[in-house]
Amino acid sequence: MKDTSIVRIEGVSKRFGAITAVDKVDLAIERGELFALLGGSGCGKTTLLRLLAGFETPDAGRVVIDGQDMTGVPPHQRPVNMMFQSYALFPHMNVAENVGYGLRREGMAKPEIGRRVAEALEQVRLSDYAARRPAQLSGGQRQRVALARALVKRPKLLLLDEPLAALDRKLREGTRFEMVRLQEELGLTFVMVTHDQEEAMSMASRLAVMDLGRIVQVGTPHDVYERPRSRFVAGFIGIANILPLDGGKRWLALRPEKIGLFAARPSTEQAEAGRIVDVAYEGDRSLYRVATDDGSMLLVATANVAREGGSWQRGQDVWLGWSADAGHELDE
Amino acid sequence: MSRRALSLGMRFVIALPYAWLVVFFLLPFALVLAIALGTNAPDSAPPVELGLSLANFALLFTDTLYIGAWLASIRIAATATLVALLLGYPMAYAVARAEPRHRPLLLMLVILPFWTSFLIRVYAWMGLLAENGNLNQFLRWTGLVEDPGTILGTEWAILLGMVYAYLPFMVLPLYAALEKLDVGLLEAAADLGARPFAAFLTVTLPLSRPGIAAGCLLVFIPAVGEFVIPDLLGGTGALMIGKVLWDEFFTNSDWPLASAMAIWLLVLLVGPIALFQRQQAKSLERR
Repeated sequence: MKDTSIVRIEGVSKRFGAITAVDKVDLAIERGELFALLGGSGCGKTTLLRLLAGFETPDAGRVVIDGQDMTGVPPHQRPVNMMFQSYALFPHMNVAENVGYGLRREGMAKPEIGRRVAEALEQVRLSDYAARRPAQLSGGQRQRVALARALVKRPKLLLLDEPLAALDRKLREGTRFEMVRLQEELGLTFVMVTHDQEEAMSMASRLAVMDLGRIVQVGTPHDVYERPRSRFVAGFIGIANILPLDGGKRWLALRPEKIGLFAARPSTEQAEAGRIVDVAYEGDRSLYRVATDDGSMLLVATANVAREGGSWQRGQDVWLGWSADAGHELDE
Repeated sequence: MSRRALSLGMRFVIALPYAWLVVFFLLPFALVLAIALGTNAPDSAPPVELGLSLANFALLFTDTLYIGAWLASIRIAATATLVALLLGYPMAYAVARAEPRHRPLLLMLVILPFWTSFLIRVYAWMGLLAENGNLNQFLRWTGLVEDPGTILGTEWAILLGMVYAYLPFMVLPLYAALEKLDVGLLEAAADLGARPFAAFLTVTLPLSRPGIAAGCLLVFIPAVGEFVIPDLLGGTGALMIGKVLWDEFFTNSDWPLASAMAIWLLVLLVGPIALFQRQQAKSLERR
């Protein structure tokens, strides 16, 4: 295990004044992973990324990258490259000069730089834009220049700070697949910071959910979605109904799509009667808020498989049913 | 501004400075040009006989006194500009990187000297640099130097005075350029393997070029024609063109020659000023 990890974060803490941004974090990231650090703003995910890049130094603990202790190693000597949220493209250089910047710092020979830059621009499909300035590019093109600039040095570890946040929704979806394809093709390790759970779920091979400077759960997207450890994780990743068990001593997370809506009492292991109080039609699915007879409020999602009919009305009396293993009991 | 016609108020606001320039710059300039083309007539008042002679201009290019004064002015102004740049850049950089809440105070300290009259400050330098001035008294008191030379009346005194007087004009535009610089760009440079000094040379320096150009021109342009500093601090140490102009006008009462010099000074400075304007326009475009 120790030998295969490309990153080991061991008991790392970082404080800014009175605020503890990162609180005793332990984490191992494996070679070839696309790892996502997921959390709301101020949860410490970006600080953790900056600790890896070397822009921040830990107050306690240490960071090991590729078996090498990074304590005291400045950013320009670390085997990592970062793609910045703002992209941080050099405005006074054209696209090719931006991408070649890191290679020039290595003192690489000019023809070799030209070759590598052309290759990197091809990978992000920007070959025709080599002579443009960043100001002459669209947001999506700038994002790809930033990616090419970080990739061209073939770092052992590529850090991505909210790589898709500045793109509009449509572009974001295409770019997601593109980045996963690049990561697999190049066989690099990506560590990505994002606040967007959908992004993390769809791209990452594993993810860590952070809250208040701590990692609250690490696992594959499937693991974390289906077996959340805490109420926080269950609520942060997707939507979850939290049901009390044993009179509130324990808790059960039940996803809205695991619950079925029925006109009459269903034969499922669990069943409850209620009334629909709200309907949110989202096109591909509908979300219903159902007030159950025992006084709780449950969210139910149904896929709109048929074009017409099959929908339920507000105020309608319904039965809710789910199987015994549909919910997941939370540890905390 | 869209393409719609300018409103009356707009026209007025724009016309006002133009009117000001016509009355207080263009007309006097035409007068000066007319005088420059005339000949000296010491017995009449004013001491000018109007005409269309280029003799005054010709003299400026042939007499070694004037050519020497020009060269000295450009040399001294250029040196002062360079020294101000070398001193001002680290200052501006430090202020721009200081904690935001400290910056207003630091900037105020840069412009604090302006609260006192320029003339008084130059006189103060005379007191400092004179043969029995504070500096030499101090040097003798320390016993390290028995017979210190006198700085007052030399080109060094002029340089010192100019750097002192014009340093704020260098620092402020440099600060404006450096303060705008996104620190993220320096992080990106470091992340891509640039040592701090390499990051400075490849990112900070090129991106602060508009500030460097503005600062240098703001120092160089007034320094070339400077009169007070060379007159009070330089004495006979170095003849700068501003002082020669003054002498021609007041001591020799040769108005036409003095006018020709004034016009030639202006022509020489139009080049750098135009350059400055182009730089400014270019940096605006880039945004």
